[in-house]
Amino acid sequence: MAVNVYAGAYIFMLAAFAGWVIIGNVPAILHTPLMSGSNFVHGIVVVGGLFVLLNATNVLEQSIGFVAVLLGAGNAAGGYAVTVRMLEMFKSSDDKPHHGARRRHAAHRATKA
Amino acid sequence: MLSIISQVVIAVTGFAAALLFMYGLKRMSSPATAASGIRVAGVGMLAAVLAAFLYFFTVEAAAKPLHFVNLGLAVLALAIGGTIAWWSGKTVKMTAMPQMVAIYNGMGGGAAAAIAAVELFGNHADGDTQLIAALFGAIIGAVSLSGSIIAWAKLDRVLKEPLQFEGQQILNGVVMLATLAVGGAIVVAVAGGPHVLPLPGLICLFLGGALVFGVLMTLPIGGADMPVVISIYNACTGIAVGLEGFVLQNPALMIAGMVVGAAGTLLTVLMAKAMNRTVFNVLFKHFGASKKRKRGAIAGSEKPVEASDAAIDMRYAKSVIIVPGYGLAVSQGQQKLYDFVKLLVAAGVSVKFAIHPVAGRMPGQMDVLLAEAGVPYDMIFQLADINDQFATTDVALVIGANDVVNPAARTDKSSPIYGMPILNADKAKKVYVIKRTAGGKGYSGVVNGLFYDPNSFMVYGDASAVLAKMIEAVKGLGAAAA
Repeated sequence: MAVNVYAGAYIFMLAAFAGWVIIGNVPAILHTPLMSGSNFVHGIVVVGGLFVLLNATNVLEQSIGFVAVLLGAGNAAGGYAVTVRMLEMFKSSDDKPHHGARRRHAAHRATKA
Repeated sequence: MLSIISQVVIAVTGFAAALLFMYGLKRMSSPATAASGIRVAGVGMLAAVLAAFLYFFTVEAAAKPLHFVNLGLAVLALAIGGTIAWWSGKTVKMTAMPQMVAIYNGMGGGAAAAIAAVELFGNHADGDTQLIAALFGAIIGAVSLSGSIIAWAKLDRVLKEPLQFEGQQILNGVVMLATLAVGGAIVVAVAGGPHVLPLPGLICLFLGGALVFGVLMTLPIGGADMPVVISIYNACTGIAVGLEGFVLQNPALMIAGMVVGAAGTLLTVLMAKAMNRTVFNVLFKHFGASKKRKRGAIAGSEKPVEASDAAIDMRYAKSVIIVPGYGLAVSQGQQKLYDFVKLLVAAGVSVKFAIHPVAGRMPGQMDVLLAEAGVPYDMIFQLADINDQFATTDVALVIGANDVVNPAARTDKSSPIYGMPILNADKAKKVYVIKRTAGGKGYSGVVNGLFYDPNSFMVYGDASAVLAKMIEAVKGLGAAAA
């Protein structure tokens, strides 16, 4: 697939606009997971690393390509792991574990009354 | 045939991955849908990585002899990098999250720079536009790599003081311009023009210059500004990835990279705004540099009270707003705080958490720490949503926070934090402040008049220990009543 410089400029412009709009109304409560989540998304660079490494023709290209895949894989895997971990912690009081807590509170109040 | 099928599969998967990334990021705009959003993006990533192995069937004749060696290396690199990062991501403490994100981000920048290096050394770039895109991707990626490492070192306290010296900006400027000049020399050399150094030498000099610039640029920036810096490098890595995507003619990389580039830029601006700084100030006018801090004349004195008295007072209040700061995270008191809050709620007190945008060491980090302790997100309120409620609240409980509740930001034009949005804890009917010691200043080095206010009372001690005493006191009350 060939992307010439004109098509490339359009892709960049539209993607930048999409990124701006998508993030535009994220609440401050999610700023940290969002940063690590977008960090994860640029881990797609590992795909470029794989292309370069699989097409390597000498030891120099193999070594640098190896580093590219190593670092890219770290970016993608690590970014995903921390983002999921953080987001799974965000619970609403309506979520199941807290129903139990509420019932306990209610029971507590009832016994006191 | 196999080659064509592979190319089609790679193209379709790349398209799907780009779509899933954007959909996933969109779902991340609410706490209710965010976790599913990142999983959707994860599926896209997994598919794209698996499909990338089909490049195996598309390699050109020159790479054929190394075919299986390269495949083995790819699997090995993926396994090592992926496993180490996955494990560290699963085990890192939530308080250490900012530096972890910095490291992952630096890895992405390094990967983009490495791809650029292969393209440059092998002279694979097809035409001047691709060559220039590769060069810019390399410089941005390399700066992001070395800069992120310095940011990590600062946040992890390996580097303690910002390094500042006379003429620093000039030196940085010279290194930057010299690196760009070497880049220009590479373009001339590739076009067959005259060159002083052989091409590989120029490329090494170019990449080295970019790495050095990343270090120099990050060294003078103080720890408090690091989150903004990490966010900038996050955007930089995105742009570098996008540019290398253009060089490799891979639209998925172009789109994902540029979406992050734009999103990261916006996030950077939002964070800087919340800290009352501009991005320019963070990068070029260093906070720590201004040494002249005068102590304003503040009337009154700090009034200490016992933890148990404060706890019982809150137990009989109608409404309490809690303002947690980094001091809470340092003493690992989030869990105890939530236990205390549950006691208050059980006693019929209305409790809310008020979070300043920069509470913690990274915007949004305090929200994550509270979520980790089990606090439901509907109890957590952001500055704009809660600030008017302090005036009608019985007690504001400030824990390990200082600058973010300093009224000087509203009133004192000479204060370095003047104009910063703050939580109006001082407007509550009564304020309890849990604080390690008497006196002391906030991160900005400013004295806080709130602590001397007639309605403010200080509970001295480590946040965790104080909260333990408060829990005891309220529980003791319950036992006595029964």
